Formats: sequence, structure tokens, C-alpha cells
Amino acid sequence: MNDSFTHIFLDAFLINNFVLCVFLGMCSFLGLSAKFSTAWRMGVSVMFVITVSGVLSYGINLVLVALHAEFLRIITYIVIIAATVQLTEMFIKKVSPALFRELGVYLPLITTNCAVLAVPLFQTSRGYNLAQSFVFAVAASGGYCAALVLLSLVRERVELSDVPSLAKGTALTLVLASILSMAFMGFAGMGSGG
Amino acid sequence: MSEQPAVVSCHAPGTALAAADNPFLNGLWKQNPVFVQVLGMCPTLAITNSVRNAFAMGLATTFVLVCSNGLVSMVRKMVPKQVRIATYIAIIATSVTVVDYLVKAVSIGVYKALGAYIPLIVANCIILERAEAFAGKKAVIPSMLDGLGMGLGFAFALTCLGTVREVLGAGTFLGVPLFGHNFEPWVLFLLPPGGFISLAIWLLTFTLWRQRRASVAASRAEARRPAPALAEVRS
Repeated sequence: MNDSFTHIFLDAFLINNFVLCVFLGMCSFLGLSAKFSTAWRMGVSVMFVITVSGVLSYGINLVLVALHAEFLRIITYIVIIAATVQLTEMFIKKVSPALFRELGVYLPLITTNCAVLAVPLFQTSRGYNLAQSFVFAVAASGGYCAALVLLSLVRERVELSDVPSLAKGTALTLVLASILSMAFMGFAGMGSGG
Repeated sequence: MSEQPAVVSCHAPGTALAAADNPFLNGLWKQNPVFVQVLGMCPTLAITNSVRNAFAMGLATTFVLVCSNGLVSMVRKMVPKQVRIATYIAIIATSVTVVDYLVKAVSIGVYKALGAYIPLIVANCIILERAEAFAGKKAVIPSMLDGLGMGLGFAFALTCLGTVREVLGAGTFLGVPLFGHNFEPWVLFLLPPGGFISLAIWLLTFTLWRQRRASVAASRAEARRPAPALAEVRS
């Protein structure tokens, strides 16, 4: 049951949401969630990068295990991610120059997003096969995208209201994230049944 | 530490004065990576549910920062500008691999508690930020000092956060019970929302303190201003 696709998907998407329950990808979560338009674009690009790099690193891990070179894991994974980000950048530039200009600065930043590195590390330590890795990557990055979009929608509302000058900025965003995270804690019960 | 050369700031002009002195103290307090720059949020929130884990994570990050800052500073003149980020990341990933095996060798308990967050030090934005903003431009010794200061500042912030969460969430400090048997632990503080909210509280406290200090400094400056104006009038 614990290895079924539905379970992996729900676990990574809701129960152990990458951002709100496991604290991964915090920098971009706090930094890029001010506007809905940037948030969903960033979310979709991260989804693409995570899915591609997750599947690629599954293959590379097989090679590393065959060569008994597991100590190179961290370095190879980060190189794969950097290459995927570069690829995504070139791809978006070719297909939609307008979108490329809008994402601009944020694209290279995906390389140092820990959620992207965590997916290959988790799938290796849990021993997922290729199909499971793919489902896990899609679910985890989907969860990241959902959390980012949710927070951006809340922040757009809060922008219009009057908050104490002391709490403006990061502290307020953290309080909002805390409340969102409490809401996601409600999903924790779904895991125990499986 | 007094012999080291004066270091020119690489930050925004507003902080030039703060960064102009000792790079070690600069990282520890004035430019504290967590409370001032709000960087490296993932381990800050994830690993701080106990003081011991928080401090261990801070030390591991300090080690990586010192290694990577030193190495980046050593190769800074050889690396072409276009491939510098890739080089930095390779250097950081190497340091992190060393730490990964080091922690495993020193304490398997800590290794299990920190789990996937040790390899994830690679993606900690503080390290790349220090490599790009400081070590890529400065000599080896100041760079390593900067790494040490930033790392210990990070460890300090993590320990602050870990203290709040462990004392409120479990009623213990370093595993020692503080409140006796009648204390009902506030479990929320050990769970993810508690991490967000306690960091928010720390940030608010620091902002409040800084605003107070700024207003005190402003009122002092206000009080001092008439004297030189009078002198000018006289001359």
C-alpha cells in the first residue's frame, strides 16, 4: 500500500507537502510569492525542472551504483539540476521570449532551490523505481506549485489591508505561511490509514 | 584577529559602514544570515525542533562555509567569469560530501536526526551568496573568517529558534525537563506551523529592537544638532 502510486502522490502532494510540512524551497516560497502572476510561472518552471531532473538522476544513480561511486551522488545530482535549468532556460527562450523576459532573474535561481535537489535525494533513499520516481517528482513539485500559488493569493489580499508597520515584510509572510501550514496539517490523518 | 586587512564592503551602500570592519563580527551579528538577510530558510525551519539538532546543523553549515569560502577565494583568479557559478557549486558540493561523511563518522544519532538536510546544505543560499558576494573577490584569510562568522551567526540563529521550539514544544532544554510533570507541552511548536510562527516572533522581536535603537539614535542626533549650528552662526 505504501508504495502504490496513489499513496506516493497523495503523500508528496498533500500529507508531506514539500513546502509547508517538510520546509523545502523556502527561499523562493517567501521571496516569489508576492504576486500571483510570478508565483504560478515560477511554480510551473520548477515543476518542469524537478520532473526532468528527477527522472535523469534516477538513471544516473543506476550508473553510480554500478560503478560503486555513491560518494559522487551529491555532486552529480547538482550538476544534473544545473544542466536541466540551463536547458529549461534555452527552451523557454526559444519557445516564448516574452515569458523568458518575465521570468528573467528567477530561472537561474531554481538551481539553488533545495526542493529540486531533495527530490532525487529522497527517491534514492526510499528506493523508488522509475515509474514511482516520476510520480513522486510530479506530486512533490505539484505540491510546491500549489503552496506557492496559495500563499501568493493570500498575500495579494493582505497587501490591501492595513497591517502594523512592525509586521510588514517577512514576518507577516511567515505568519501567513504558518496558518497555511496548520491547514495542511489536517491532511496528516490521510497517511495513517495506508 | 586584529592583524587582518581592512575589508571593503561588497553589500548595498547603506550597509557599507557595517561591513567595513571585522568580517567575522559582521557575519555573526550585523549581517546575520537568518535574522537580517533572511537566507537559508529551509534548515532554519526544518531542523530547529531541538536545540541539539539545531546546533549540529549550524556547525555543519559553518564547516561547509569555511571550506567553500577558502577554496573559492583560492581559485578566484583562475576561474573565468562565465563558469564561476558552476565552479562554486562544484566546490560547495565537494565540501558538503566531506561533511556528510564526517557527521556520519562522528555521531550516527545526529546523522539520522539531520537526515536529508545534510546533503541539502548544497542548496543553502547563504553559501552560494557568500561565495559570490565575498569569497569570489577577497583574499583567502578574510574569506575564511567571513565564512566562520556567517556560519556561527547561522548556528546562533538556529540555536535561538531551537531553544524557543524545544522549551515550548517539549518542555525541555537539551533533553533536560524544565517544568516538572504538570507541564502540558505545546506540541504545535514542534510541528511545521510552530517553526514558521517562532521564526516570525524572532524577526518581529529583532525588528522592534532595531526600530527602538534607531529612534533613540535619531533623538540623540536631534538633541546634538543645535550645537554645531550655533558654532557655524558664530563663525
